[in-house]
Amino acid sequence: MGSALGRARLLSAGRRMNLETAWPWLALLLLGSLHGLNPGMGWLFAVALGLQEEDRRAVWRSLLPLGLGHAIAIAVALVAVGLLGLVVSLSALKWLVAAMLIGIGAYKFARLRHPKYGGLRMSFRQLTIWSFLMASAHGAGLMVLPIVLGAAPGAGASTGPGTHSSHGTSFAGLLSDGQLAGVMATLVHSGAYLFVCGLIAVIVYEKLGLRLLRSAWVNLDSIWAITLIATGIATLLL
Amino acid sequence: MTLRPDPTFYPSPQLATEAPPEELAYVVLLSPDGTRPDAMAVVDVDPESSSYGQQVGQTDMPNVGDELHHFGWNACSSHLCPWASHAHVERRFLVVPGLNSSRIHILDTKGDPRNPEIVKVIEADELASKTGYASPHTVHCGPDRLYISALGAPDGEGPGGIFTMDHETFELEGVWEADRGPQYLAYDFFWHLGHDALITSEWGTPSMVKEGVNPEILLAGGYGHQIHVFDLKSRQHRQALDLGAEQQMVLELRPAHDPRKAYGFAGVVLSLEDLSASVWLWYLDGNGDGEWKTKKVIEIPAEPADADNLPELLKGFGAVPPLITDINLTVDDQQLYVACFGTGDMKQYDVSDPFEPILTGSVRIGGIVERAAHPRAPGTPLNGGAQMVEVSRDGRRVYFTNSLYSPWDAQFYPDGIDGWMVKLDANPSGGIAFDERFFATFSEGLRPHQVRLQGGDASSDSFCFS
Repeated sequence: MGSALGRARLLSAGRRMNLETAWPWLALLLLGSLHGLNPGMGWLFAVALGLQEEDRRAVWRSLLPLGLGHAIAIAVALVAVGLLGLVVSLSALKWLVAAMLIGIGAYKFARLRHPKYGGLRMSFRQLTIWSFLMASAHGAGLMVLPIVLGAAPGAGASTGPGTHSSHGTSFAGLLSDGQLAGVMATLVHSGAYLFVCGLIAVIVYEKLGLRLLRSAWVNLDSIWAITLIATGIATLLL
Repeated sequence: MTLRPDPTFYPSPQLATEAPPEELAYVVLLSPDGTRPDAMAVVDVDPESSSYGQQVGQTDMPNVGDELHHFGWNACSSHLCPWASHAHVERRFLVVPGLNSSRIHILDTKGDPRNPEIVKVIEADELASKTGYASPHTVHCGPDRLYISALGAPDGEGPGGIFTMDHETFELEGVWEADRGPQYLAYDFFWHLGHDALITSEWGTPSMVKEGVNPEILLAGGYGHQIHVFDLKSRQHRQALDLGAEQQMVLELRPAHDPRKAYGFAGVVLSLEDLSASVWLWYLDGNGDGEWKTKKVIEIPAEPADADNLPELLKGFGAVPPLITDINLTVDDQQLYVACFGTGDMKQYDVSDPFEPILTGSVRIGGIVERAAHPRAPGTPLNGGAQMVEVSRDGRRVYFTNSLYSPWDAQFYPDGIDGWMVKLDANPSGGIAFDERFFATFSEGLRPHQVRLQGGDASSDSFCFS
């Protein structure tokens, strides 16, 4: 009896913890998926390489460097903010991240710009660099920061997940003992990106074909720019 | 920027062949004596329209003496390339350089497609200071930016080369080449997007061409006779392909549209040996890092003629050279059109085997000696000869004009050229015939040169997907 009661108590605590701490992970998954969905950020490249070599293995081969480059972009942003966090206060960090999000969002909304790098004969290294540049230019790493910061302790707001982070899980510890959380955030985000990117690449290559590009390629860049601005504002409010 | 991709962008050449028929054609007009500005004419090419086959609009350039020649769209199907996807930029601006003035005009076709509006003019000084080049020529919309070739430097000498321009702001970016190697002369260029290769051809520097064909330079084999291969990513010179010094003036380059295919066709104006003209195939021998090679695949001989019927330049030869001054490859890479400015022939070849072209059709109109008529007015001799040719995306309609370049026009047609533009109906399985309803003329002594079709054509768009 005693042990059953104890188990129930543990389960209940676990459930409460999940509800309170799941949102940053979900947000990371969602953002990663959104990046995976964007034709300009990888899957279309994988399809093109498959068609160019007339070999479906070329589609699969391109996924690892694409995912790796994306993960490096996220990790670089996390490391940068982690180092900054050593010298400036959390609230200052939030202002900084918010300003960058709004600034980059406004710039991207005004002008559609991409890094001008690439070709169709790409080595593993070149494709990794391309994916890194593309993710960085889209502010992929930057976008992850508010989620991480929002979940950090002492966020200074009366509501929001940050105040609950004293439960001591996931991102709560990022700025103190953050390495593991940073690695997890990178893996979760990039994993979601790679899964969606790979899934679409394979489906388009094997089944759908390129015709759908003409109608289904919605301008995600404009939507993304608005999202960056909105996230920047939300970062200040949280 | 739009929410959906520009409807005129197609991922692959195969999909582009399904494009709807064009309704308007843009044609540059030049004033041979510089008495009035050159212009952009708009010709109605919709067979259902009451003004079919007629000029329906015109935009004059702001200055005289530009010598408009080639031009191109600001954006095209290459914008769907996966590494620089710009799917939501609109194809709406024409980039129109002046070969003499080195001025670059940007025309907006969106507001009133029949009377494009000049929205920007870049002067020669700015081109010189930002790129070091002069005499801008070929304009191609790349995946990431605009690429424009130039014949040479502001002092009239070389080297010629390529510079780039932002495809949205139309700001000049600078010289394209990181290392041009032995390349000095320039003219046309295009690329194999699937192989990261850029191909260039050779005519002459501005000082070598502005007075027309210089017999001394020509007989010494001094005009261009090479094709160059550059790496599109690193911008480095990779290979020079010499066709032989007797092959004078390598002009238009038409690479296969399918990005998997690494071959294309180059037109050579004149052979010093026998005044013949030729088309050369360039191709990548072996995969990946193989070697680029060339092979002459079409040769068109000169035709004997009475010296009395020949212009000064040709009297001593007693023959009409065919003078291949333009070629064009259909989007499906199955047919090659070859324009012979000297004889007035427009020839159609089946190039499904690019190494062994088969002649499948030929028409003659104008010509130095023959002055062949158009079926609409069988008794009326025509001057000028088959020249700049453009093909619809489905390969069924072929448009061409009769003027080349004012100094050359004066040498080969000294009694003048009355501008015209005609259309051929093409049979996809071989055969061409004049559309008797289509014979466009142009006012005020203006002469037509390059044609671009609304929504794209066989020499505007390049593709990253096969």
